Amino acid sequence: MSFRVALYESDGALPLEDSQRSAILRGLLEKGYRVSSIRKGGIVADAGEDALLVLGRFESTTPAAAADGAVRVSFRNVDGLEPAAITALVEEGRTAVAAPEPGKWKPWFPVIDYSRCTNCMQCLSFCLFEVYGVSSDHKIQVQNETNCKTECPACSRVCPEVAILFPKYRHSPINGDEVNADDMRREALKVDISALLGGDIYAALRDRSAKSKSRFSKERDEERAIKERANCLVKLTKEAGIPPEVLASLPSPEEILIKAEAAKQRAQIALAQNAIEQPK
Amino acid sequence: MTRIVYCNCSFARVLAPEVKNRVLEGLAASGQAFDAVPDLCEMSARKDPALVQIAQGDVTIAACYPRAVRWLFSAAGAPLDPQRANILNMRSDSAESVLASLYGGAQ
Repeated sequence: MSFRVALYESDGALPLEDSQRSAILRGLLEKGYRVSSIRKGGIVADAGEDALLVLGRFESTTPAAAADGAVRVSFRNVDGLEPAAITALVEEGRTAVAAPEPGKWKPWFPVIDYSRCTNCMQCLSFCLFEVYGVSSDHKIQVQNETNCKTECPACSRVCPEVAILFPKYRHSPINGDEVNADDMRREALKVDISALLGGDIYAALRDRSAKSKSRFSKERDEERAIKERANCLVKLTKEAGIPPEVLASLPSPEEILIKAEAAKQRAQIALAQNAIEQPK
Repeated sequence: MTRIVYCNCSFARVLAPEVKNRVLEGLAASGQAFDAVPDLCEMSARKDPALVQIAQGDVTIAACYPRAVRWLFSAAGAPLDPQRANILNMRSDSAESVLASLYGGAQ
């Protein structure tokens, strides 16, 4: 159920003060509502939503609700109301049509720049959370956005082409800024997570698991193992920008191994299909 | 007629509040219709059909880095036509510069 608000100031409605209009818009946007500002001579156009709430200082009585094709349209007179009261009115309107509460998820997920992507599948092999998948034509795709770990840009670090963006990331070019020659040079020298851990990241974790198991059995040096793991995590946090919360939420080494193998297999199948369909 | 879309980036703090608020005030005072969306990223992740509608016509989008905006639309199955879409960057440009690009002068 999609929901939109229209702030209507056209025929049959009185205009708002500029400052009031601005405050109403800001209040609604901060709560996560999409708003169309309709000015003199304008009309409320269908924008593909399921429910529309029209706010205005209406000069005459307006119907409480109307049906316009598949869209449920409701009207609210906001004459004399403060912006906070208008936001409350919109919340009520949203609840009435059973539209989901906006802003429940911070939209943090990778976006692929296909003008740079070479379909190498490294991101698919790397991500443990099944964010990536393969399309029916064997192209890498972001398929499960909400699986992505907030603030974690790790997959963009393994992309050799700087083709993975996180628009809400702080730094360039991962944030979507244009990629320049300096960035490419940096990427060539960028943190090689695999090298950082002395080889493949999952192999390293696997080894660590095996070593710690054998150490536990021989020496029971739990303290040392925990210290080593902590050092490794600090390195990743510092040099790859991976938040400690994400590292703390990683599956167990055994689960990592299973997931990594599955991801690698999917990537290999996709690459093999591509090689068959587009022989060099 | 060119449609104007403003992204408030409500669910993250990557746009300077003074820039996005000033641009919103400028839009609100312009006398022109516009669409204000809370967060284009969220709409892209939901594959919101509104993005397809936006991408179909002439549009000026005040949001963040053009590369990011372009690929967000593309990810939602709503690729922007480079000839018809103009993306203004509130992340790197000043509010005055964004408003000047929108209206040919700060509001």
